Amino acid sequence: MLNKTPIWKYFLVIIVLGMCALYAMPNLYGEDHAIQISASRNAVVNEQLLTRVESTLAAAEIETKRSELDADKLLIRLFDADTQLVARETIQRALGDDYIVAMNLAPDTPEWLANLGGAPMKLGLDLRGGVHFLMEVDMNSAIAKAQEDLVGDFRTSLREEKLRYRSVKPVGQNVQVQFRDQDTLDSAKFFLRNRNGDLLFTERDGLVLDVAFSENRLRLIRDNAVKQNITIIRERVNQLGVAEPVVQKQGAERIVVQLPGIQDTAKAKEILNATATLEFRMVDEDNDVRDALNGRVPPSSILLNDRAGQPYLLKKRVMLTGNHIVDANSGVDEYGVPQVNISLDSKGGNKMSQGTKDNIGNPMATVFIEYKTTGERDANGNLIFEKKEEIISVATIQARLGASFRITGLDSPKEARDLALLLRAGALIAPISIVEERTVGPSLGAENIQLGMIAIQSGLALVLIFMLIYYKAFGVVANIALVTNLVMIVGIMSMIPGATLTLPGMAGIVLTVGMAVDANVLIYERIREEIREGRSPQQAIHHGYDSAFSTILDANITTFIAGLILFAIGTGPIKGFSITLMIGIITSMFTAIVVTRVLVNAVWGGRRIEKLWI
Amino acid sequence: MQLLKLNSTVKFMKLRIPAMLVSALLILGSITSLAINQLNWGLDFTGGTLIEVGYPEAAKLDEIRIQLNEAGFPDAVVQNFGSSQDVLIRIAPREGVKAAQIGDEIMASLRADGADVDMRRIEFVGPQVGEELTEQGGLAMLTALICILLYVMMRFEWRFALGSVAALAHDVIITLGLFSVLQLEFDLTILAAILAVIGYSLNDTIVVSDRIRENFRKIRKEEPEGIINISLTQTLNRTIITSVTTILVLLALFFKGGALIHGFSTALLFGVVIGTYSSIYISSSVALLLGISKEDLIPEQVEKEGEDLDPLL
Repeated sequence: MLNKTPIWKYFLVIIVLGMCALYAMPNLYGEDHAIQISASRNAVVNEQLLTRVESTLAAAEIETKRSELDADKLLIRLFDADTQLVARETIQRALGDDYIVAMNLAPDTPEWLANLGGAPMKLGLDLRGGVHFLMEVDMNSAIAKAQEDLVGDFRTSLREEKLRYRSVKPVGQNVQVQFRDQDTLDSAKFFLRNRNGDLLFTERDGLVLDVAFSENRLRLIRDNAVKQNITIIRERVNQLGVAEPVVQKQGAERIVVQLPGIQDTAKAKEILNATATLEFRMVDEDNDVRDALNGRVPPSSILLNDRAGQPYLLKKRVMLTGNHIVDANSGVDEYGVPQVNISLDSKGGNKMSQGTKDNIGNPMATVFIEYKTTGERDANGNLIFEKKEEIISVATIQARLGASFRITGLDSPKEARDLALLLRAGALIAPISIVEERTVGPSLGAENIQLGMIAIQSGLALVLIFMLIYYKAFGVVANIALVTNLVMIVGIMSMIPGATLTLPGMAGIVLTVGMAVDANVLIYERIREEIREGRSPQQAIHHGYDSAFSTILDANITTFIAGLILFAIGTGPIKGFSITLMIGIITSMFTAIVVTRVLVNAVWGGRRIEKLWI
Repeated sequence: MQLLKLNSTVKFMKLRIPAMLVSALLILGSITSLAINQLNWGLDFTGGTLIEVGYPEAAKLDEIRIQLNEAGFPDAVVQNFGSSQDVLIRIAPREGVKAAQIGDEIMASLRADGADVDMRRIEFVGPQVGEELTEQGGLAMLTALICILLYVMMRFEWRFALGSVAALAHDVIITLGLFSVLQLEFDLTILAAILAVIGYSLNDTIVVSDRIRENFRKIRKEEPEGIINISLTQTLNRTIITSVTTILVLLALFFKGGALIHGFSTALLFGVVIGTYSSIYISSSVALLLGISKEDLIPEQVEKEGEDLDPLL
């Protein structure tokens, strides 16, 4: 008999639909306004902290819904957005700098579902509000810095090997070493080449050895610059107290930063964008500042101003750079003067100790260096950065300094805090700047969700009514398939960890609803044709499904290609659109071909029927 | 219930010369408009800053303009967006120090007199990023067309492939033309919409081509033109119903989806209409023009698609 469904197909449909429905369920439960607490440094999240936070909240008469203690974070669920704000401030005040207190929307998924790995769909920034930054790393600085390191390295190692050179200097993107005679050049070339495999050595006229970075080395420099920036941005983002930040590499020299739910974008930008480092240099007391001001700056010194505009003459040699800093905290000393306590890594500690041992009693300057983009671009289209150097303190070295010391001479506790924050975030090889920003306020996000939902509902309702009127009994089957299709899309979107729902994504779902019926329309029109040609109802169903199949497959594959290309080139919202489109194509094929067939067979299949309600 | 009760074949191809002429005129007009008016490129492509703010009552645009002028943004374009409380401010990319800070500065200057202004969104795109995007967008469109061309060529025949790609190019150019003539803003979501139009129009074209191929094999004594007419008539009901359901949901999106996806739904609505027309007239006319014939489609023992696969049903 025609149109009977094998048992395994029932199982397939039940299992697939069951899985999708199960994983779509968490989306029904909504989200709680929550406070997420994690340790910033030297602090731990444990039961004591939970009790402390709970008693703090109780004292402030803030009601909590539930508290959860995870391995490294504490989640306090609250009842509404207003208490969330108050609670955050209260907790932050009570816990101080040791903890990161962030506002979060925590899904209210029941525990048994969460244990199965169920979680609601992730919402894009356009739906939940937040900031999206695209940042560009200044590769010219990264290469210049590597070049500088190379110059220093050549000088020391040649000197150690007793290979006398006339000069080592950066030229363009290369380094040129000049020698006095051919023999030294040859042995130096041999020696340096053995030490540095990824450099290209060329001899030039006038006993000059030209050293260039190989492509490999350049790529390494770029990769490192991006990697380091990502590490530092992550660190800085943590300081901002964002619950689920995204910091990712995009392309060769860009970084995407997404901060959901951030309200104060100005602050975020200030902290992300400022590229700061410190240098410690000795003050040059052998020469006169006034001479230098008149243009006679000694070759071994540089002239810099402090914040008040007072000029100082500093030694060119940098005693220590900021990338050795491992921690920096603000505080006040015994007289209430703001200060920043700095800890160095062991290498930095050694350097500091070496540098200060013969300089006790001499003044040392702390130079704060900031790179800020000018917003302009050079001939190659790269952003131009401006280096701003400023002395933030000149202090007499009281004792031999080690791996931990402090800087005083700051104007206010706030300044101390800001400086500590920037120092903690480390020193950058290469400065970065924002080349794209998309900020969505929380009110617009909520509105977008609502609009998207209304559009999906009304679109769905219109199509359901149309199909019911037009195809009657078979319309009901198509409508069941359509609703199943929606549940499947939501379920699959929730299952894929990387998939986020965006506003264009919702538009994609709406479009899928309209186009998903196409497969059913193709099948039903085919069945009607078969009936007109005089086939029996059973045969018409059989042939209708069969002959429509290859058409549906071809039509969907080509649309899928368009979706794939969108996914490959698009960013953010467009990716969201293409994901829902592609998922929609797959699920609609499954529901329109397999699910409706099972239904049709169950209702009409395997028995004698005179007429089809189609 | 049936939309059209067609007992005899509709002679679609009789009108193919006038239809071609109309299409040619539309394409020519679109290209002319694209050359003269160009597209009203959105922020995504030009770069610059866009700020959407919400006021508790109807916003006074003149006052906002004065405020912004005083704050040093005389070139700011201020307009309502969606409702009278919503204001959209655009600032062209500028050579200056603080490109990324403009948004915050504007918010500060709007709030300077104590007004309760709600920041709804800020978008800043660097000019460099915009330029790259324009390149990538064009490239994506071309890649999509070529991939589809290859797939259809593999599955059908080169005449069908050229026909369907001609139909796609037709839809894309005329949709772009509409955006150029009406000077609607062309941003990234519109690009996505146009790619979706490509997908939709293709869907339609494939269904028609599939039927043409089938009929070439089934009906032995009929001219190519007649076979195309028969195939188009047979698929007409399906073509119309799918267009209707798609247009229904797009109308829902257009009226209920909010101002942010207005452009998106406009592009799709127009694209679906054009795509439906082109799948009837352009792709089959082009295939006919290129001399599609029975021999091309019944080579030695063509296997039916999916026959070697286990039946899914």
